[in-house]
Amino acid sequence: MPLFRARVQVSLRPSVLDPAGEATRAAAARLGVGGLRKLRIGKAIDLELEADDRATAQSQLELLSDRLFANPVIENWSLELLEDGGERPA
Amino acid sequence: MSIGIVVFPGSNCDRDVRWALEGCLGLPTRFLWHGQADLGDVDAVVIPGGFSYGDYLRCGAIARFAPLLAAVREFAAAGGPVLGICNGFQVLTEMGLLPGALTRNARLHFICEPAPLLVHPGNCGWLGAYAEGERIVLPIAHGEGRFQCEPDQLAALEANGQVVLRYANNPNGSVGDVAGITNAEGNVLGMMPHPERAADPSTGGLDGQRLLTSLRAWVS
Repeated sequence: MPLFRARVQVSLRPSVLDPAGEATRAAAARLGVGGLRKLRIGKAIDLELEADDRATAQSQLELLSDRLFANPVIENWSLELLEDGGERPA
Repeated sequence: MSIGIVVFPGSNCDRDVRWALEGCLGLPTRFLWHGQADLGDVDAVVIPGGFSYGDYLRCGAIARFAPLLAAVREFAAAGGPVLGICNGFQVLTEMGLLPGALTRNARLHFICEPAPLLVHPGNCGWLGAYAEGERIVLPIAHGEGRFQCEPDQLAALEANGQVVLRYANNPNGSVGDVAGITNAEGNVLGMMPHPERAADPSTGGLDGQRLLTSLRAWVS
């Protein structure tokens, strides 16, 4: 069965306050970088998935992103299906 | 009558809830392990505070998939009383039984202090013992208790009278000063403050006791 590699980026929706991001931005200023106008912290999730074909992998990853990795109330996600890994080595 | 207390790996207020219900109030309880598929014959369900599944991914995100919670969802849909406290509130929003989400406190601190609250019971069965606009004090202890939802969602909650507990001093930055909300039917309550920690005079007052005792009149 082919192996697919993917990366899902989860970020806070723009309307949601990111206190950790703001604290990190303040720390950047203390490090001498004062020009940061925006710093938002999200998550990157790397996956390897066995699936029958690319379309199946895509739909399964979309399901995971929407129902597990991100909470649509506060987060947006984007999915990058990086490459077909071909047949998994035995 | 029996009250089920949900236990996840990482729950840490399950015994506090049992102590408050059973030790202080004489209400029988039963622990419900997250892996079991049915609730038995309980009359109410409490999802206690703690750090279910280590709060990995997001608070409450993994707990939502526990087999037991499918049964809790059915129980709630049939009108059964369900109370989520702190992490339990986070679980209820993650599983979609209550709207919104609980996010990192505005100033990042874990806040552990007595919180003055305003109660607006509306049709919420859990709050039947309180007067409209009553001011009470319950302990809060959380790092991720900032209630968040879109403005139109908040307006709908307000219009329906579902914002039943409000902070008088909003310690965590919640939109609308929300400390607790109920579903439209009034049988599911999610709240960040801990009523079980205010059920005995020796541990911070009795303001939470009435919430728990109201159950007796409600389900009998």
